Amino acid sequence: MQNFTPFSALIGGAMIGLGAILMYALIGRVAGISGIASNAIFSRQGRSWRLAFVLGLLLGPLLVAATLGDFTYSTPPLDWRVVVAGLLVGLGTGWGAGCTSGHGICGIGRFSPRSLVATLIFMLVGMLVASLVHGGLI
Amino acid sequence: MPILIAFLCGLLMSAGIAVSQMIDPQKVLGFLNLAGDWDPSLALVMVGALIVYTLGYQLLKKRTKPVYEARFATPSSRLINKPLVVGAVIFGLGWGLVGYCPGPAIAALPSGSSGTLVFVAMMILGWFISRRLFIR
Repeated sequence: MQNFTPFSALIGGAMIGLGAILMYALIGRVAGISGIASNAIFSRQGRSWRLAFVLGLLLGPLLVAATLGDFTYSTPPLDWRVVVAGLLVGLGTGWGAGCTSGHGICGIGRFSPRSLVATLIFMLVGMLVASLVHGGLI
Repeated sequence: MPILIAFLCGLLMSAGIAVSQMIDPQKVLGFLNLAGDWDPSLALVMVGALIVYTLGYQLLKKRTKPVYEARFATPSSRLINKPLVVGAVIFGLGWGLVGYCPGPAIAALPSGSSGTLVFVAMMILGWFISRRLFIR
C-alpha cells in the first residue's frame, strides 16, 4: 500500500460529491458524466447546459495545475487497449445508463437499487479484468 | 444561470477528479488490480463523494423543486433489467482494461495525449452505437 493517498482521495472525492449535489440542488440534474456528455453530442434538447458542464470538465484539471503548480498525471499509451476499452466504456455506460458518477455517486447517494447493482457489477468486473490483465495473471 | 451552474459544477467535479488523482489511470488500476501492490485510495474517493452527496440529498428531501429549475429530473426507474446488467458488465470490462471511466477520460483530454483522444473518440462511437442498438 505504498501508493495510498488517503487525504487527497477524501478531499478530491468530497469535491466531486459537492459538484454533483450542487447540480441537483440548483438545477435538479443528476451529475452523470456519461449521460450528460453523450446527450450533449447526440441530443439537441438541453444541449447548452450540457456543453457548459463538459467545458467545466475539460478545464478542472487545468485549474488544479494552475493552483498547485506541480500537478502531473499519466495517460494511457496509444495501443489496441484504448481502442477496445473506449468502445466498451461507451457501449456499457450507454446501455447501463450510467457510469461511476451517475450510478456510483448520484444513484447510490439517493439509495437507488438499480445504481447499487450496476456499481457492484462494474466494480467487480473492473477488478477482475485489471487483476488478470495488469496483475500479470494472464 | 443554469448554464453557468452546470459549468461550475463540471469544473468542481473535474477539479476533484484531478485532486483525487482519479484522472490518472495508473492510480485507478492500482485500486482495481488486486494482484499487485494494492492502493485503496479510490475507495476513499467514493467514500468522500458519497458522504457529501448522501447528506446533501437528505437535506434536500423536503424541497419540492431545485433553486433555478421547475422540477427535479430524478430517474424514476427501479428496474434491474438486462440492459442495466449487461451494460455494467461491458463498462467494467473496459474500465479494468485501461483504467478510464468517462469523467477522467474527458478531464484528461487537454493533456493532448493520443491514447486519451482515441479512448474518448471510441467512447463516443460506443454511445452512438448504444443509441442505435438498444438491447432489450
